[in-house]
Amino acid sequence: MRAFALALLMAAPAFAAEEAPPGASTCLGCHSPVRADAAIPPLRGRDAAAVAAAMREFREGTRPATLMDRLARGFTEEESQAIAAWIVR
Amino acid sequence: MKATRRALAALLLPAPVFAQARPRVVVVGGGFGGATAARSLHRAGIATTLVEASATYTACPFSNAVIAGLRGMAAQRFGYDALRAEGITVVHQRATGVDATARRVTLVDGTTLPFDRALLSPGIEIRFDGLPGYDEAAAEVMPHAWQAGPQTELLAAQLRDMPDGGTVVMVVPPNPYRCPPGPYERASLIAHFLKSRKPRSKLLVLDAKDVFSKQRLFEAAWASLYPDTLEYVPLAMGGRVTEVDPKSRRVTTDFGTQDGAVVNVIPPQRAGAIAQLAGVADRSGWCPVDPASFESRLVPGVHVIGDAIIAGAMPKSAFAANAQARVAAAAMVALLAGRAVQAPKLLNTCYSLVAPEYGISVAGVYQPANGLLTDVSGAGGTSPLEAPAGVRAAEARYAEDWFATITADVFG
Repeated sequence: MRAFALALLMAAPAFAAEEAPPGASTCLGCHSPVRADAAIPPLRGRDAAAVAAAMREFREGTRPATLMDRLARGFTEEESQAIAAWIVR
Repeated sequence: MKATRRALAALLLPAPVFAQARPRVVVVGGGFGGATAARSLHRAGIATTLVEASATYTACPFSNAVIAGLRGMAAQRFGYDALRAEGITVVHQRATGVDATARRVTLVDGTTLPFDRALLSPGIEIRFDGLPGYDEAAAEVMPHAWQAGPQTELLAAQLRDMPDGGTVVMVVPPNPYRCPPGPYERASLIAHFLKSRKPRSKLLVLDAKDVFSKQRLFEAAWASLYPDTLEYVPLAMGGRVTEVDPKSRRVTTDFGTQDGAVVNVIPPQRAGAIAQLAGVADRSGWCPVDPASFESRLVPGVHVIGDAIIAGAMPKSAFAANAQARVAAAAMVALLAGRAVQAPKLLNTCYSLVAPEYGISVAGVYQPANGLLTDVSGAGGTSPLEAPAGVRAAEARYAEDWFATITADVFG
């Protein structure tokens, strides 16, 4: 338990939640980190590389979407990767 | 185990990174913007007080479904217990002033709340001087239902009780106003109600504009779903209402008069009262802010978010208020810690229902440019004009899901 707490502390310095990369925190308007029954997929705990890859496919129009294609086009590959790394935590 | 968990929670609480004592922020307004900001600030280690006059928040998104008899009012109501349980001080009083020099907010009972920075999320107030004939008494006869609550229930009751064969009149204002696609979602759902419950009745929509949000999608849906029920009159065709008379439930346009069995007047608006009192609103009635920090351009140290601000391309929506709250809170934490504010990007997503199981959306990505929030080029836009029913049903489901997520995020 203590080791777990220590690991968390080391992984998540104070203010990490507020140091979200540009755009990332506003994803939480739809992608709930807490709801278990959500239709819009929660992203916490997902693989960051897979989320970044999905963002790339949305951006390039190769992944079926209702809305994420329109949002993903607002971010570069680098920005998408930073968002993915933040949102899965 | 509980004690361990509490110790762990204490460990995980943000470490003291501020040079002096724990900074204090007072947030005024407990809607989607203010409540989100209060949570973000608190979680970043700021001593946060939320001032909100009402003990219950009534959400506007989905209130059009209540008006059309598709949803109960209870689903719109939220409280502040979860915020209080988290450690946020919640004060249910009206704020009567913000003194940026003395750095304190004054409440209606005379209490003062000191702050290092303040954040206002004032929402809107109805301009009862904005449309001749439309005052507070008129709103009890011709409801606006543009602030959810008793007005929503009044309009729902009027529609429910109206005899079949009557005309419902909707009066839609010029820009800017809360929720740009809201009047057209409302028109759609009222038309759905009339078509299914009072099929000899009509809806006449009188608009002070020629162009509106998701226009082609709404107009295509109206043509296919409500051709015999809904008539839309834009500005160019005489849609602008210049005067209303509650005694006869009559509205006057540039071209004539129209009586309604039910008249829904969405009047002109401005930033909520505290914005005027605090001096953060300009002569337009809305609040100019820095697009990265959301600090007022008129009163340093006071940040403003949500429907009340002049946000450039970003619309006045609950989603936008929630997004701005997160970004403004991060900026305030940075400023209080003596760090620079990073250039943000913000998202917006607005779903509208044109019928049950038929949702459409508009989305955008925004960044500061030329002192305002501007569209990131190449991103954003509306749902496709042509789409199978399954896509419309999926967007209706996502609309519900968004509401469940954002209300859990803000109040849960």
